[in-house]
Formats: sequence, C-alpha cells, structure tokens
Amino acid sequence: MTSAAPMIRLRGIRKSYGSHEVLKGIDLDVDQGRIVSIIGPSGSGKSTLLRSVNMLEEISHGEIWLDGVQVNSALTGRAFETHINRIRQQMGMVFQQFNLFPHLTALENVSIAPMKLKGKSKAEAEALARTLLEKVGLADKGGAYPARLSGGQKQRVAIARALAMQPKAMLFDEATSALDPELVDEVNLVMKQLAAEQMTMIIVTHEMRFAAEVSDHVLFMDGGVVVEQGPPEQVLKAPTQERTRGFLRKHLAQ
Amino acid sequence: MDVALIQRIAPFILEAALKTMQLAAASLAIGLAAAVALVAARMSRQAIWRGLSAAYVSVIRGTPLLVQLFLVFFGGPQLGLNLTPFQAGAITMGLNIGAYMSVGLHGAIIAVEHGQYEAARSLGFGRLDTMRLFILPQAAPLMLRTLGVNTVILTKGTALASTIGVVELTYSAQRFVTSTYKPFEVFAAAGIAYLIIILAIMLGIRGLESLFGTAERGRV
Amino acid sequence: MLDFSVLPPYADLLATGALWTVLITVLAGALSVVLGVLLALVTLYGPKLISLPLRGIAFLFMGTPLLLQLYLLYYGLAQLGVLLPAFWTGVMGLGVHYAVYNADIFRSAIQSVDEGQMEAARSLGFGRTAALRHFIIPQATLTALPQVGNNSIILLKDTAVLSVLGVAELVLNAQRGISATYRPFEFYFAVAVLYYLLNLAMEWALGRAARKAEAIR
Ligand SMILES: Nc1ncnc2c1ncn2[C@@H]1O[C@H](COP(=O)(O)OP(=O)(O)O)[C@@H](O)[C@H]1O
Ligand SMILES: [Mg+2]
Repeated sequence: MTSAAPMIRLRGIRKSYGSHEVLKGIDLDVDQGRIVSIIGPSGSGKSTLLRSVNMLEEISHGEIWLDGVQVNSALTGRAFETHINRIRQQMGMVFQQFNLFPHLTALENVSIAPMKLKGKSKAEAEALARTLLEKVGLADKGGAYPARLSGGQKQRVAIARALAMQPKAMLFDEATSALDPELVDEVNLVMKQLAAEQMTMIIVTHEMRFAAEVSDHVLFMDGGVVVEQGPPEQVLKAPTQERTRGFLRKHLAQ
Repeated sequence: MDVALIQRIAPFILEAALKTMQLAAASLAIGLAAAVALVAARMSRQAIWRGLSAAYVSVIRGTPLLVQLFLVFFGGPQLGLNLTPFQAGAITMGLNIGAYMSVGLHGAIIAVEHGQYEAARSLGFGRLDTMRLFILPQAAPLMLRTLGVNTVILTKGTALASTIGVVELTYSAQRFVTSTYKPFEVFAAAGIAYLIIILAIMLGIRGLESLFGTAERGRV
Repeated sequence: MLDFSVLPPYADLLATGALWTVLITVLAGALSVVLGVLLALVTLYGPKLISLPLRGIAFLFMGTPLLLQLYLLYYGLAQLGVLLPAFWTGVMGLGVHYAVYNADIFRSAIQSVDEGQMEAARSLGFGRTAALRHFIIPQATLTALPQVGNNSIILLKDTAVLSVLGVAELVLNAQRGISATYRPFEFYFAVAVLYYLLNLAMEWALGRAARKAEAIR
C-alpha cells in the first residue's frame, strides 16, 4: 500500500505453549525488497516466530502487519478465515521438510494454488508453473511426482509453488537443513536469485556464510528474545553480545 | 415400540442365541483345526502341499459363504452327503473361516523377524523346535488378534445358516416377524443378542491378550 | 450323479445374474466409499454431538450380522410404510454396512497424512475445507486404497446375501434354474465358479490400482 510502511511489521510478539513462553516480545520491520536472516540455537523460537508471521502459529500477544494490513485482525470465525486465507495468498512459505503434495506432479504442485485460489485457467496456471519451474532450473521435471525428485529438486519445486501465488514476501524455515550437503547450493542459488529480484524475505537459517552473503539484516535469537540484531557484518563478524559470540564460535567450530 | 412384545419373545431369543453360540463354537473348532492344517501345509517343504493350501484358501476366499453353504447343504445330497442343517452349517462355516484364519496365522508367523529363526537354527534347533520354542511364542499376540477378529466375523456369519434352516437367532427372529409383523422390535431384540455375544467375545479376547501381553513384556 | 449338461440352457440366466451382481457391487461399493469418507470426516472434524453417537451406531453395524441388518431395513422400512424395491434396499444396506468399515480405514488414513501437508496448503492460502478436499483426502484415498479395495472384494461376495431378499442376482437366478431342474450342485458350483472369476478380476484390477497408488506415494 504505502511504500513508506514496512512490508512486514511485527510488534511485541509473544507466544506461549501452556506456561512455557517461547517468544518473549519480538519486534521486527522488514522493508520491501529487504532480506532478514534469523539465526540462533535450536529451540530458540525461530520457527515459531516465522510461522507466526502467516499465523500458522497463533500468537498470544502482539501485532503482525503485512503491507499495511493487520494479519492478526480482530475478525473471528468465517470472516477471519477468509481474511487469513487472503493474507496467506500474499506470503509464500518454504518448509524444511518441503511438504510437497505427493499425489501431484511437480507442475501440478505449482499450478494448483493459482488455479484453485486465484481462479486462473488451467492453461494459464500451467504456463505460469512452467515459467517458474524453468526459473528454478527444473523445466524438464514438470511431469515428475515428488517421490521421483531429489531433496534439492523438491525444495526448488516448493519454492516455485510458493512463488506461483506471486507473493509480496517469502518465508523460509531452514530450507536447506534437510538436504544432503551437495544439494544445498542449488537451493541457495535460487534464493539468491530471488534476493537479486528484490523479493522481501525472512530466512531462518543455520548457514552463517549464506546469511552473510544474502541478508541486509541479521537477527540473533536465543530463549525467545532477540539478543542482537543489525547488518550481517556487525552481527556475524563483530558481535557485541557474549551469547552471540558463543553461538557463532560453536557454529564455526563445526 | 412394542416393549411387551420384546419381553414376550425374550426367552425364545435367548434360546436361539444359545443355538447361535453352539453353531459358532462348533464352527470355530473345525475352523481352528483347518487353519492349523492349512498353515502347516503352507509352510511345508513340499511344493505340492504349499500349492494345495494356497489353492484351497484362494477358492474359499474367492466365493461367497452363502454359496458354499448352499452347495454343501442343497448340493451335497447329490454326492451322497446328507447333513443336517446344523452339521452342514458348522462344517461349511468352519472350513470357510479356517481359510481366513490360516492367512492371519501365517502372517503372524512370518511377521516374526527372520533373524530369530536363523539364530535358533544356528544354535542347532530343528525346524519344529524352532517353531515351537521361539517363533510361535513371539507370534502369539498377533495370532490371538487375528483369531479374535475371525471369531467375530464367524459369529456374525452364522446368521447365514438361517438360510439353510438352522434355527438360530436370525431364523427365529424371522419367524417371529412373520407371526407378529413387528420387524423392528424383533430384529432389534435379535440384534441386541448378537451385540452381547460379540462384546463377550471381544472382552474374552482382550482378556487373553492381556495375559499374553504380560508375557510379551519380557521381550528384549 | 452329476450332470453339468443341465447348465447350458440356463447360461443366459446365469450371465444376467452375474451382470446384476456386478451392478450391485459397483453401486453399493461406490456408496460405501463416498459415505465412508463422509463418515470419517464427520467423526474426525464434526461436532462431538454428532460424532460420538455416530461412533456408537458404527458399533451397532459392526456387532451384528449383515443379514439381520438387511432384514431390518427391508421389513422395517415396510413397517414404516416406505416401500423400496428389494434391489435398492439391498444396495443401501450393503453400502451403509461397508461404509461403516471404510470410515474406519479412511479415518486412520486421513490421520496418517503428514501434518506438513495441511500446513503447506494453509500457507498457500487454502482454507481448511479446501485443503482437505484438494490435498488431504486425495492422499488419504491413496493410503486407504488397498484396504478399501479389500472391503469391496468382500462386498462382492456379500451381494449373494441379497438373494434372500429376492433380488434377482446371480444366486437367485441360479435358484430359478434349480427349481426347474432340481440340480442344486451343478448350479451352485457354476455360481461359485462365476464368483471366483469376478473375484479374480476385481483382485487384479485393484492390485493394479494399488501398485499405481504406491508408485506415487
Ligand atoms: N507445538 C508445540 N508445543 C509445545 N512446545 C513447542 C511446540 N512447538 C515448539 N515448541 C517449543 O517452542 C520452542 C521454540 O521452538 P522453535 O520455534 O521450533 O525453535 P527453533 O526453530 O528456533 O529451533 C522450543 O522450546 C520448542 O520445544
Ligand atoms: Mg526450527
């Protein structure tokens, strides 16, 4: 809407599972075309935060905004359903475990959402899907079922599937963690390409090198709080907080 | 809903239920014997036995129980086989359920890890001892489950014996319907009797399972 | 003693009976699948007020003989003044009976679909119902296929029971031949052979379908 407002705005996000508070008040602004990486130890709340953005997790407190529209609106029931579905159509999400639809071919995986949710014709949706599969380097795999694809290929189809809705922003939750090392680069390459195209992205990752390369801003989370944030040169190369230093030390030692 | 009617026919339903249980028990005995024989044949070293066992199971499972009953009861006399309805019912249903049970029992046996078999044989146990001492005890819980499931199927199947004139629950119920024109009440009463029998079987099986369950806890 | 030459004049009668048997199997089978899915969905996602009684009713179906259920339906409907042809009573009775069993299979198949599937669909903006329809149910169907197929094969054999209600399927048509010839063995033997062939054909077709489904999963 307004170009001045951030594409994604999080304010005071809190989330508890029972008495266990896993997000303890998180703020974040991501401007259009910006890339934010979230790093931190396992269990620090990275996934929960990312999944809160499109409300796959319901938050306990706080506000979520996408392009000037409040995501966690006061609507209830049917109206909220319609609202959140519309919001989610504008945000792509990529999962660690790919979550491709196994009963659909790669092409169908990519074309089904535009067809069913945007009312595109089959021909239109498939043309779009073909373009996107080509973009992620899988032009020849349209007819393949997920079971026939490698992990890296699956994840690239998953990215194409999310892009098919022409989202305003993309959310990546450890997109390369489940991949064999030799398959990581092909997925990273696609993500870099998106970065070059000014896609707004939030990337949860455990790859510090990749985070340093692509992000404009890095968040280090631990225990449900943002311990340190800033440009990658600062957070990753010259962290000010002891917890950040400890985490990076352990991570780089591996 | 004619409650008085249900009360009036209750004693007769009870008697018929006993007949149903007798029929199920007789069929079960025959079925167990058939199942054991079929499994033994299936695991024989001679291909001919294995083939015969497989063919028998395939034919029995590939044709309706009702047709088998008719073939034996109505067709039997042509071959000099004159059986009472109860005999024809028990034998046919026993031979029928035996085929189904043999599949479950065999499945339970081959579900035991092959390494168990090899370990026992490597210690020098013979085929039979290996089966008796090591494989069957481990297969027992699954076997019990399949026997339970099949006993329930068998018991419900005894209703078909009414079509060859065995005076069991369904047959009696039908007769009461013709004389009272109250199908709902009568069939409901018969249905309750079946439910009680089936529940009793299920509880019995569960009891046996918990017995075997304790044995299973000792497994590594 | 046995004389199978009595059969050929009745070949048409038996063939017609076999066709009706196939038709009943297809209709009742379709009903059992559609209703089975619906029952699974209602008991999984419907309000407790409906799903709990449905579970109880399911037990009534599983704990009593099919024949008794068919009688109850046939004579019970008549008692209520609903006069349905025996054919449709039979199709309904068989379909509902097997729907109860299929519902159990579909229920666990739906529950076994990875949670990530629902999440992926929701993240794309599909509503819950749409996600169930496009992604969860199709996958559950693939999982359920072998067992539901197995039930359909059992259903094929249970269509014989409809002869008792007077539905002119394979068994009843054979009985017509028997009353003209008094040759029960020959006729029931022929009937058994026909069922066996139908059974083989169905096993073959379902086996093919199951292998295809397995290739996708
Ligand atoms: N469904 C859940 N129920 C209870 N606790 C959960 C659930 N999901 C995550 N958690 C807890 O929330 C915390 C944050 O988890 P997560 O966001 O997955 O961390 P990360 O992605 O950084 O590894 C962890 O302590 C985890 O155990
Ligand atoms: Mg995580």
